[in-house]
Amino acid sequence: MTSAHPIPLLQAHGLSFLRADEPVFGPLDFVLHTGEIALVEGDNGSGKTTLLRLLAGLLHVGEGELRWRGKGWNRDERAGEVLFLGHQLGLKMDMSPRENLRVAAGLHGQREGCGTSSVLVDVGLAGYEDEPVRRLSAGQKKRAALARLLLLPAVLWLLDEPYANLDRAGIALVNRLLEAHVAEGGAALVTTHGAVSFHGGEPKRIRMHG
Amino acid sequence: MNQASVSHACAAVLRRDLTLAWRRRGDIAMPVLYALIVATLFPFALGPEDALLQRIAGGVVLVTVLLAMLLALDAMFRSDIEDGSLEQLVLAPQPLALMLGMKILAHWLTTALPLIVIAPLLAGMLHLPMAVMGVLLLALLLATPMLSLLGAMLVALTAGTRRSGMLLALMLLPLCVPVVIFAAGAVAAAQQGLPWIAPIAWLGAALALALVLAPLACATALRIALDA
Repeated sequence: MTSAHPIPLLQAHGLSFLRADEPVFGPLDFVLHTGEIALVEGDNGSGKTTLLRLLAGLLHVGEGELRWRGKGWNRDERAGEVLFLGHQLGLKMDMSPRENLRVAAGLHGQREGCGTSSVLVDVGLAGYEDEPVRRLSAGQKKRAALARLLLLPAVLWLLDEPYANLDRAGIALVNRLLEAHVAEGGAALVTTHGAVSFHGGEPKRIRMHG
Repeated sequence: MNQASVSHACAAVLRRDLTLAWRRRGDIAMPVLYALIVATLFPFALGPEDALLQRIAGGVVLVTVLLAMLLALDAMFRSDIEDGSLEQLVLAPQPLALMLGMKILAHWLTTALPLIVIAPLLAGMLHLPMAVMGVLLLALLLATPMLSLLGAMLVALTAGTRRSGMLLALMLLPLCVPVVIFAAGAVAAAQQGLPWIAPIAWLGAALALALVLAPLACATALRIALDA
């Protein structure tokens, strides 16, 4: 872990989000460096998803302060550096995983040396590349969405319940993706209920107290 | 790593929406069918009097086409909001207004263009003089993108609310009225042998304004809708 890194990727001070003047979570304080994974833990309704949507830039900062690479929190600063995977997978049901990936790559660009075919094989969708997403199982849909993580360039991954709907091999796949991402100098925030095990040491924990 | 260029992103969004529309061809046919039925019913209701039909033909075709477009308007962003594609679009490192502009273009190509193609047929059924057909098509070519843009703006504004159809219709009505007045005015002027360029020029000016402002308004409205 690179905790001696001079400028953290993400810094939160007294961060909270208000909905109709009621705080949904927080105040939260945490720091995330590149090369780190943080698990966001909390009960149902404690605001885990809200926190991730806020960090993705979909929600505005209620109270407190957020810093990106030591600078202010504005959209242009983070453009193309954050990838968000929420409950809604952002897949078009009438299109195949390959076509969905092509659209995503068209919007975000793609990593050097990655192709849609190889990425889909990596997430275990070999043979289903051209099947409409509508016909895939819930776990396979999730895998099709996870393929985006491999293909698109980004530093920070925000994964909301990435383990939901996945079988044992799928859970191992998510862990493998996270480990590889962190090894390359990426960072990730992951919400989860289940126990997670990484080879790369104990992840950071952010506790939500709703 | 290589960032996606804006032109690539535009092409990707446009291609996606056109592909999706093609895979649901039945939905494209619906407004066309509706317009055909309405235009066919008019002579039955009013009687097959040539002079009467000729006088109302331009207005009937215009109103029919614009109403048929309303049928598909409501769905412009709905599926994108439901499946999370809109979130991904908003978070993409691309100018959102331009991406939404592409979506509106795709929507116009799939709903308005087929209607413009059958408009001469509808006008012919109502005995509109051939000489006026060109002006009618020109008016439609300017009025339909106008409606797509205004409609997209209002759909974006009502995106957060459920059962927004009614609200949408109410808000769109006052914005539709000037479009219909100028478009029908041009056709009527041409029919009477008067100069028709002024109302067409007004439509064109309004379209130019909407072309620039509506996508920006859409982008802001959708960001607000998601921020809740």
